[in-house]
Amino acid sequence: MNTNIIDYQPKSLLQRLNWQDWLYALLLVAGAIFAYSQYAKFMDIYEVTFLFGAAAVFSYIGWQWKAIARLVLGVAVVSLFSISLYHGDQARATQAFLLKFLISSQSAIMWMNVLFVLAMVTYWFAMYKRSEFTGKVASALTWSAVLMGFVGLMVRWYESYLIAPEVGHIPISNLYEVFILFCLITALLYLHYEQRFNTKQLGGFVLLVINAAVGFILWYTFDRHANNIQPLVPALQSYWMKIHVPANFIGYGSFSLAAMVSSAYLLAKNGVLASRLPSLDVLDDLMYKSIAVGFAFFTIATILGAIWAAEAWGGYWSWDPKETWALIVWLNYAAWLHLRMVKGLRGPVLAWWALIGLIVTTFAFLGVNMFLSGLHSYGTL
Amino acid sequence: MRFAVSMLSVLGIASIIGTVLKQNEPYENYIIKFGQFWFSFFESLGLYDVYHSGWFLLILLFLITSCSLCIYRNSPLMIKEWRAFKEQATEKSLNVFSHRETYSVNFTLENNSLANTKQQIVRFLNAKGFKYKFKTKADGSELIAAKAGTHQRLGYIFTHTAMVVIFFGGLLDGNLPLKVQEILGNKRIETQDIPESQVPAISRLSTNNPSFRANMTLPEGTSDNVAFVRVRDGYLVQDLPFRIALKDFRIEHYATGQPKSFESDIVITDPDLKTPLAKTISVNHPLTYKGVAIYQSDFQDGGTKLNFKVWNLFTKDQQPQTLDGAIFQKGTLGQGAEAFKVEYNDFRKFNIINLSPDGKGKPHNVGPNITYKLRDTQGQAKEYVTYMQPMQIDGRHYFISGMRETVQDDFHYLRIPVDEDLSINGFMNFRATMMDASKYPEIAHRLALSAIAKNKGVDNRDTAVKKQFEDSVVQLMGTFAHGGYNEVAQVIEKNVPEKEREVAAKTYIKMINLAALEAYNLSLEANKKSTLVNNAETETLIRDSLNGFSDMFFYGTPYYLQLEKFDLKEASGLQLTKSPGEKWVYLGSALLVLGIFSMMYIRERRIWLLLKPASNQVLFAMSSNRKNLDFEQEFSLYREQLKSLLV
Ligand code: HEM
Repeated sequence: MNTNIIDYQPKSLLQRLNWQDWLYALLLVAGAIFAYSQYAKFMDIYEVTFLFGAAAVFSYIGWQWKAIARLVLGVAVVSLFSISLYHGDQARATQAFLLKFLISSQSAIMWMNVLFVLAMVTYWFAMYKRSEFTGKVASALTWSAVLMGFVGLMVRWYESYLIAPEVGHIPISNLYEVFILFCLITALLYLHYEQRFNTKQLGGFVLLVINAAVGFILWYTFDRHANNIQPLVPALQSYWMKIHVPANFIGYGSFSLAAMVSSAYLLAKNGVLASRLPSLDVLDDLMYKSIAVGFAFFTIATILGAIWAAEAWGGYWSWDPKETWALIVWLNYAAWLHLRMVKGLRGPVLAWWALIGLIVTTFAFLGVNMFLSGLHSYGTL
Repeated sequence: MRFAVSMLSVLGIASIIGTVLKQNEPYENYIIKFGQFWFSFFESLGLYDVYHSGWFLLILLFLITSCSLCIYRNSPLMIKEWRAFKEQATEKSLNVFSHRETYSVNFTLENNSLANTKQQIVRFLNAKGFKYKFKTKADGSELIAAKAGTHQRLGYIFTHTAMVVIFFGGLLDGNLPLKVQEILGNKRIETQDIPESQVPAISRLSTNNPSFRANMTLPEGTSDNVAFVRVRDGYLVQDLPFRIALKDFRIEHYATGQPKSFESDIVITDPDLKTPLAKTISVNHPLTYKGVAIYQSDFQDGGTKLNFKVWNLFTKDQQPQTLDGAIFQKGTLGQGAEAFKVEYNDFRKFNIINLSPDGKGKPHNVGPNITYKLRDTQGQAKEYVTYMQPMQIDGRHYFISGMRETVQDDFHYLRIPVDEDLSINGFMNFRATMMDASKYPEIAHRLALSAIAKNKGVDNRDTAVKKQFEDSVVQLMGTFAHGGYNEVAQVIEKNVPEKEREVAAKTYIKMINLAALEAYNLSLEANKKSTLVNNAETETLIRDSLNGFSDMFFYGTPYYLQLEKFDLKEASGLQLTKSPGEKWVYLGSALLVLGIFSMMYIRERRIWLLLKPASNQVLFAMSSNRKNLDFEQEFSLYREQLKSLLV
């Protein structure tokens, strides 16, 4: 008999941490303290809470998933370097060589776009060739795109303050900015599943939806010049925005991811690419997991939205089109989860449903802004 | 269950209706959109306020009833599952599990004695976070029943109870009580536009009303203690237990002209307060007093004072009259059949408009405008919007004033070019000259002279030709002054054979342009200003002036109101709400989040280990109510670990 108990005793999180993890957390906290010492007088109590909350949350996520720690540090280093090149002058974004071609907010976002397209092509190629190595390259490209995207947003945040201190705000306030956020969050969610279940074959599918968003960003940039930074309308000047919007986009991102996995599922079920894709069980499970995650965050986002609405519009629920469509999306996935959990339904029906869910979600996200009017004021086309 | 999913879907689809059809618009808008027949039909379906209609409420009620029944039916089971270890399991029942394994263990070895094995297993289960229970069976075998993550079951109860709680909260804040009172005849919607003090008690809501959502418009420097609840095509008056005064309302703007903040300095007076409560509210920063939350909701004009110059476009007057007014007030213009009532409707100090031709440029502030109606003696009204400052369009500046006959129409704009001082006077003087028939001979004469100067061949002593030319100019000017290009076109149509019309029109237009230039110069000379030089700039000015002149005849009134000065007085739009259901909704929301997370992130798993010393075997079985990949992985892991532990 084996008396060695230790090998099946799972270690607690704190036991698993090594010195690098601690150093990482220390850096985050130090950064937060530095920011606090510099800018405390511009922050209200909520913003201070968010600042230190962010340090804690990102420490935790970074401990759980080491790649995130590397990403956070990478984004910090590149963004700070970029900001240092500005010398406090917005015009340098188009003058200084490195800024103009690499890491000004606008260029970084363009690089993100390019890298996402490359990553998609590479993923498909890797699947075609069944090449492990090419798959790794594709992952690396996706990671780089995410890095550039976050750098773009960070620097954009800084740029908004260069326009005028009163204009400065977190870059999640209009359709252009949230589309970038959408790409980044969807990519991160995907990368998470990829490293947990080793499903590189799905990259090409998920990047399809990301690149649809990239297409939108490009059109929005070149045709509408929506990349210009606009000041915040009064209704958006609230700390609630800072949590409501990201929570929403974790939801949207997850639902989109689930829809892309469903499409892979449906193909595999019908024998298309079946030998190259992960097994149906894995796809099915992934679909469920990402809808579950999306549902949880979407619920939170909707509730946060209600609390915000109570503060800004005088009522937690006004049946404004955006609110109503959030409810519709929510009901849709609640029905989906019931079918799966209670009736034990699996397979193509749910996959089709998740795909249609993407249409509903897209309408809630985009269609409402395009076709319906209401109180939600950010981002009309 | 099928019912629950159907109800979720039905609610979703029903909700769509209200997002497609704009809700709670004034009823006239719907009538205009659908026509009387469909308007009444849709009204009877409650489509203008879907979310408060009876049938929508019914759907919600169904959903909640089914949810409640579901809780009632399933909760006992869930609680049982939450607590039970299921130590009643028998070898037979364990043998039908899909996830099971049998290990051979020699219990006779000292190391593997029953007590020792049990101890090993207990350590294993502890390490994995399982709770367990022992049961010795009649045949001497020992069962260890273990469970983990059964809190998941509470998630079900939380989630579904949350739905009921949220609905209950929503019901408290909804308009159901009002609807019931309406049906009982205790309350009636007021649809007439009468002063608040004359609204009868049956259309008033007392200060005890537990829940409402009402609006109040307070001009600066005034106070009030009532608010209005909009219901369908009418309203109810909500009496407040205190009085609100508006000291000041402010809009701040970014450098680009977009609004940055809306703020109201309000003062609350209440017999219960020793000193009045002064507060500043703004968007996202409401004030709650006595359970009533007061929000900055919108703003409008509060009676801005206005001073106009009034130009009578169709007379030869050079000098405008003056006119004073204020928003929401009325005035009169002209006399007799020409008399109009002016109704000053709105004044806006900032107007952010995108004037770039392709709409891609940046919008910017074009300054104040005023909206008013002119009602003639027959009671017919036209609506006007006039901008105070000239706007830059395609690189040139114009005074802009729009007219429309009904609300659905777009405005038709009159564009008046500015003079070199960026003022409207140049055009107005030109217009007066063009209207002054006594000036035509002089203009014709000058035209004739310059024509002769150009065409050297023409004999300048040929007075007959000259006279004929001058007469035709005078006549043409008369026609033009009577109705612009349109009138000229009609004259051509009447007098000129079809084939020659185009040539005639070209000639006439050329002549009008030349005459207009002379007229313009004449008006400049009369005002002791230097005359226009002959260049492209002048050509454009004359063309714009003629277009403006010609469009005057479609302006629908002889009076052009030029806003000279204003004394801004704003009114703040406040929203007042009392929502006792809010805390229930938040409580429900907290439960919902808790429930969803426990349902999805806590995984219920059960393990049974049956130790059978008699046959030297250990039976391992595992189950979960959710068969996911994680479970499969966990089972394989435990199976291997237990193997190395036991065998
Ligand atoms: C107001 C309507 C309802 C809503 C919004 C709702 C919502 C939910 C949600 C969010 C879940 C959790 C899914 C997850 O874990 O991700 C769930 C699960 C469930 N619901 Fe409902 N539900 C409703 C009505 C009903 C009704 C009427 C029934 C009864 C037939 C029911 C039975 C269940 C059951 C049995 C589960 C799964 C419990 C489990 O296996 O742990 N629900 N519901």
